[in-house]
Amino acid sequence: MRTFRIGGVHPPENKLSAGQIIEEIGLPKQVIIPLAQNLGAPSTAIVNKGDEVKVGTIIGRSSGFVSSNLHSSVSGKVAKVDQSLDASGYRRPSVFIDVIGDEWEESIDRSTNLKNECDLSAEEILKKIGEFGIVGLGGATFPTQVKLMPLPGKKAEILIINAVECEPYLTSDHALMMEKSDEIMVGIQILMKAINVTRTVIGIENNKPDAIVLMTQKALKYKGVEVMQLKVQYPQGGEKQLIDAVIRRQVPNGALPIATGAIVQNVATAFAVYEAIQKNKPLIDRVVTVTGKSIVKPSNYKARIGIPMQMLMDAAGGLPEDTGKIISGGPMMGKAIVSLDIPVVKGTSGILVLPDFESQRAKMKNCIRCSKCVSVCPMGLEPYLLGSIGEMQLWDRAEKEDVMNCIECGCCSYTCPSGRPLVDFIRLGKTKVSAIIRARK
Amino acid sequence: MNVILISVILLAVVGGVSALILYFVAQKFHVLEDARIDVVQEILPAANCGGCGYPGCRGFAEACVKADTLEGLYCPVGGSEVMSKVGSILGREAAQTVPMVAVVRCQGDCDKRPQTNEYDGPTNCSIATSLYGGDTDCSYGCLGHGDCVVVCGFDAIKMNPETRLPEVDEDKCTGCNACVKACPKVIIELRKKGPRSRRIYVGCVSKDKGAQTKNACAVGCIGCSKCFKVCEFDAITITNNLAYIDPNKCKLCRKCPEVCPTNAIVELNCPPRKKKEEDVISND
Repeated sequence: MRTFRIGGVHPPENKLSAGQIIEEIGLPKQVIIPLAQNLGAPSTAIVNKGDEVKVGTIIGRSSGFVSSNLHSSVSGKVAKVDQSLDASGYRRPSVFIDVIGDEWEESIDRSTNLKNECDLSAEEILKKIGEFGIVGLGGATFPTQVKLMPLPGKKAEILIINAVECEPYLTSDHALMMEKSDEIMVGIQILMKAINVTRTVIGIENNKPDAIVLMTQKALKYKGVEVMQLKVQYPQGGEKQLIDAVIRRQVPNGALPIATGAIVQNVATAFAVYEAIQKNKPLIDRVVTVTGKSIVKPSNYKARIGIPMQMLMDAAGGLPEDTGKIISGGPMMGKAIVSLDIPVVKGTSGILVLPDFESQRAKMKNCIRCSKCVSVCPMGLEPYLLGSIGEMQLWDRAEKEDVMNCIECGCCSYTCPSGRPLVDFIRLGKTKVSAIIRARK
Repeated sequence: MNVILISVILLAVVGGVSALILYFVAQKFHVLEDARIDVVQEILPAANCGGCGYPGCRGFAEACVKADTLEGLYCPVGGSEVMSKVGSILGREAAQTVPMVAVVRCQGDCDKRPQTNEYDGPTNCSIATSLYGGDTDCSYGCLGHGDCVVVCGFDAIKMNPETRLPEVDEDKCTGCNACVKACPKVIIELRKKGPRSRRIYVGCVSKDKGAQTKNACAVGCIGCSKCFKVCEFDAITITNNLAYIDPNKCKLCRKCPEVCPTNAIVELNCPPRKKKEEDVISND
């Protein structure tokens, strides 16, 4: 069975919420929709206090090339456009909407029947994806239309659908595949048309045998789509790692993944594309896993963008007493959050609650040069070295050691027997070096 | 005997030829260095702090000698005294610059700015900033991990373990700007040392709205603009819910600290205020 060739770790999978159906979460009294929900420039608010909006009404316009539209996830009245706390505890501009009823825009097709045909041309599909605010739902939230856009001199040969879900605990993509396999397949057909390729590989790790069987069955009906079973290995869901696992090509240093001829899209993004193109539904909700060993009922929820995380936690049985850390995302790359009042955003794939004893970081000791971090680094870097370089603030050296290639997967910190916060220092190095590179231009 | 003679002659010839080659190479590639560079370097404090913007004292000495005027060249450690000496050697006028000192614009210690969560990452302000807003509700305030202490080459800034805030020793501080550059929250500022070291500044950098600041911290600037109204010298500006006192305009009249409802304005080294008459009466 295939997997990527360099490095990687296999942490305990802990997919506690696997096999749970996707439950819909009700509406709160007020939603808070942050304007910065995509990678790149934040959207510009186009609504004001007192404006009435419906579900799917556009409230934020894309403000640059790498930017995205934003839509209301509820119907009601705009209470204010103001600062609100984001996941990292900083205040960012957001749109506050008081919920009144649940009235949808007329253009949105809310029926559940499958719509197969799509007569739009490639350009029209890209335009529509951009209009409906679709971003990569794997976590990076890169605007999808930008990623699909053809680059001069580069031709896509293959579409790779990322259904790996290599982060421990998370099951949102798995649940989506089990329930919306047909829609995902149509979404894939639309994506293939948009980038003009004839072959698609859906990469699924073999810890999801039911999804592999189901998707393989469905794929038989569609030309050019195949499912590839992959050996469980973290971070297989990383774009570069998945390309290596599926087509055995390495993305060259400093190049974009398209250099290998592959375009990677997340399986949830394919579903969002289906809804946007066939049902005229913007990206206003997503599947969120709420999980953790002490959670009463680990589950997958379909949550509207902007509802407070507290609602999801209540639905899953409330926040346990012994909670040490709440993490937005998975345990490897997710970020600890300081409050459950912050809203669910397009990039929220899960909420993970770690009990006290599991959440504390190990005490930092000296590097013993065991080179475990080097052997697990999926990018072939030397994390122990980059870590000390970051600690000593030698940014020129960090650039020479290719710090910018780090994908911050956390394998090095996970494996370090001395408990060194390698990723933290490397991330610091990346920030400083990218500032130096920008200043040079 | 013969062998020794041949060896001596051979070595002498090789030595002579090498000396000739070295002589001509030295003539050809001779670098003319201004002798004044060494003299200037002697005067400089040899702290190599980089506060002047040049790589070390040698780099600064070279820059001084090369430049036509001493405008824009300033050694913060040596101050005006050293610069006038440099000026007299080079025969140029050195501008008189007031000595600067670093001030920490955050007073949110543990009592005044309650902790709302716990940070267990590396003890490093830059990393903490890249991860999240901080362990209090104020995302502008001091994180207390001491990046400024680490970079200070003069042992002038220390972390107070009780308040978890850095404190500047103004006798040691040279105004080299290293801590200002190191602070990821831009809390530290260089200000004029002031007459008799008296300084008045706003000890807060929070741009949050008044109510949010007030909830997070008891001594935060809430942007109420009372100080702005009481100031007779137009020294105070308020932008993004935050007051700023221009050190060039401030006359140290001490009216603004009096009206500040949150005590966010700091007056350093000022003599104790005279008791007002009513206070005296009520005390009796």
